[in-house]
Amino acid sequence: MSSDEEFALVVENLHKTFRLPHDRKNSLKSRLINFGSRQTYETFHVLNNINFSVKKGEFFGIVGRNGSGKSTLLKTIGKIYYPTSGKVQVNGTLTPFIELGIGFNAELTGRENVFLNGAILGLTRKETEEKYDEIVGFAELEKFMDQKLKNYSSGMQVRLAFAIAIQAHNDIMLIDEVLAVGDSSFQRKCFEVFRQIKNSDKTVILVTHDMGVVQEFCDRALMIQDSKVIAMGKPREIALRYELANSPDATTKDVTTLERPKDPAIKITNFRLLSGDRPSQRYSIDDKITAEIEIEVRKPTEVQINFFFLKADGAYMAGINSTNEFGAGYKPTKGTHLLRCEIDPGQLTKGEYGVGVGVYTPGYVPEIIDVIDKNYDTKMPSVTIVDKSLYKDGDFYLQGKWSKA
Amino acid sequence: MKPAVFINNFFKPSNMSLIRELVVTDFKLRYQGSVLGYVWSLLKPLLLFGVLYIVFTRIVRFGDSVPYYPVYLLLGLVLWNFFMEATVNGMNAITGRGDLIRKVSIPKYVIVISTTASALINFFLNMIVVFAFMLLSGVPFTSRIFLSLPFIAELVILSLGLAFLLATLFVKFRDMGHIWEVVLQVLFYATPILYAFDKVPEKVLYIMALSPLAQIFQDVRTTIITPDYITTQEVFGTPLARWLSYLVVILIALMAGLYFRKSSRKFAEEL
Repeated sequence: MSSDEEFALVVENLHKTFRLPHDRKNSLKSRLINFGSRQTYETFHVLNNINFSVKKGEFFGIVGRNGSGKSTLLKTIGKIYYPTSGKVQVNGTLTPFIELGIGFNAELTGRENVFLNGAILGLTRKETEEKYDEIVGFAELEKFMDQKLKNYSSGMQVRLAFAIAIQAHNDIMLIDEVLAVGDSSFQRKCFEVFRQIKNSDKTVILVTHDMGVVQEFCDRALMIQDSKVIAMGKPREIALRYELANSPDATTKDVTTLERPKDPAIKITNFRLLSGDRPSQRYSIDDKITAEIEIEVRKPTEVQINFFFLKADGAYMAGINSTNEFGAGYKPTKGTHLLRCEIDPGQLTKGEYGVGVGVYTPGYVPEIIDVIDKNYDTKMPSVTIVDKSLYKDGDFYLQGKWSKA
Repeated sequence: MKPAVFINNFFKPSNMSLIRELVVTDFKLRYQGSVLGYVWSLLKPLLLFGVLYIVFTRIVRFGDSVPYYPVYLLLGLVLWNFFMEATVNGMNAITGRGDLIRKVSIPKYVIVISTTASALINFFLNMIVVFAFMLLSGVPFTSRIFLSLPFIAELVILSLGLAFLLATLFVKFRDMGHIWEVVLQVLFYATPILYAFDKVPEKVLYIMALSPLAQIFQDVRTTIITPDYITTQEVFGTPLARWLSYLVVILIALMAGLYFRKSSRKFAEEL
């Protein structure tokens, strides 16, 4: 087949059903007692006609909510489950791990666990021996290898597990949500590995909830929902689609989308997020976040303009008002105006935030002239903060410092 | 899968490494934290042997007519110990390793084989004790000892076959654990372990001698200790008895292996 050379993975018409007995009779007694009465089953269609292929060297993302079938898909690709019908063709060797540190035993030493886990991932003893120093070095656990694993912190265990996993020699890596663990310095290291893998000829299939990761690393992605592939394409589009599907609006079938005022005196005609002068939605903690707002003044009136952040559930979090800079009686002239609002770095913690802008009448009890955020328009961009500080965590960054008295 | 491919995969270095790691881990963990550690796996059959030896030579006294009865009894117990360990641990192998099977695609037979390999290592260590007893009892060492190896191989194949069968059934019916316990008790008394074949009434003897276990135990004893014991070949008066036993063992192993291979595709879902 010519496709062998081009594709690392071909999935065709893949179906997977689980038959779950209504009352599981797995003891002989219940089989005997209920002899003659047919076992009744409920059939769950977990994967419904899945079709896609991954090119060699591609970094491919799979996104979907819990229960969408994405884990089953991954397990079927990894040959842990067999397809009910259809075809999964893997060209090349595959790292069959769904989780890090499979088979890790708390009673064994770190060293012993490296060899055990390595063998489970398909390495021979000799290969593990050759890679041992590299594994230990990457995990930064040189001093702890003769300690039992039960004395490791969970972060240390993850580091060790990840270090072994990336040494498994395989053309195709199957990674499921491994980034959610470990401290941030180790996470940075993992991202570094991802970058290296992305530039190598290895194929990676990554399952994740983190749309930031999808957009940064994936060449292509697919979204699975209710057992079906509902979208496939550029990571940006998939991320947008995923956010739409998972925003509170979508779950209540769009009925809660708020109506913007019709024909306002001042209309917000454009909104975009910048990092420096570049359009961006991803920021590290050191980046300034710039919002650029275009308003069209049809009837000049006194206004205050507010740029704000929303929490993931769409609730208002914090905003910054134009009055400080533009004055209380700010009255833009007729025509279009381009305004910018710059947010100093180091205030938002890692995560994703909705943004919005509103034009209001002045005073403490303002009336809305025009407003836009994702509660009004689901296409509004969001801000993703990728870098977590090693020293701070929580809902916002505390400013301050320590000293020795 | 073609047989050649299957055998090739079977002996893949990565699979061999995995078996090795699983066996080593099993040994390390089994006696974790105990003072005597590995000595226990030698001590346990020896203690059982001590009790049975006193019962059958001092109290019931039917060991008297059997030549080298202590060695006869000990070897029987060591063989039985292997059979029991391989089948029971093999049965629990798949369900006990659900954590692996649900998360990674490793060849499932590797897990079962690793339990048999553990039991086999244990067996060979126990054999050192048997040889020590032979020395003490003045049993002459002859080159016939090597003739026992094919019969030990036969026992390994039988145990492994049963382990595959039991492991598969145990995934589906959890009652299998109790059933096998009962079957093992019956087999323990139906196999010439405590007593000699020539003490068994003729009617029962023919039925008992049909068991591959009886054939293996007697053949191993005659090759290692002394040819004076009665083998199944002598019971039936034809070498066919032995061939029938081979056939049964091969059939069990083959069918169990195929059944296991067919069922193993669904282990990840059923566990």
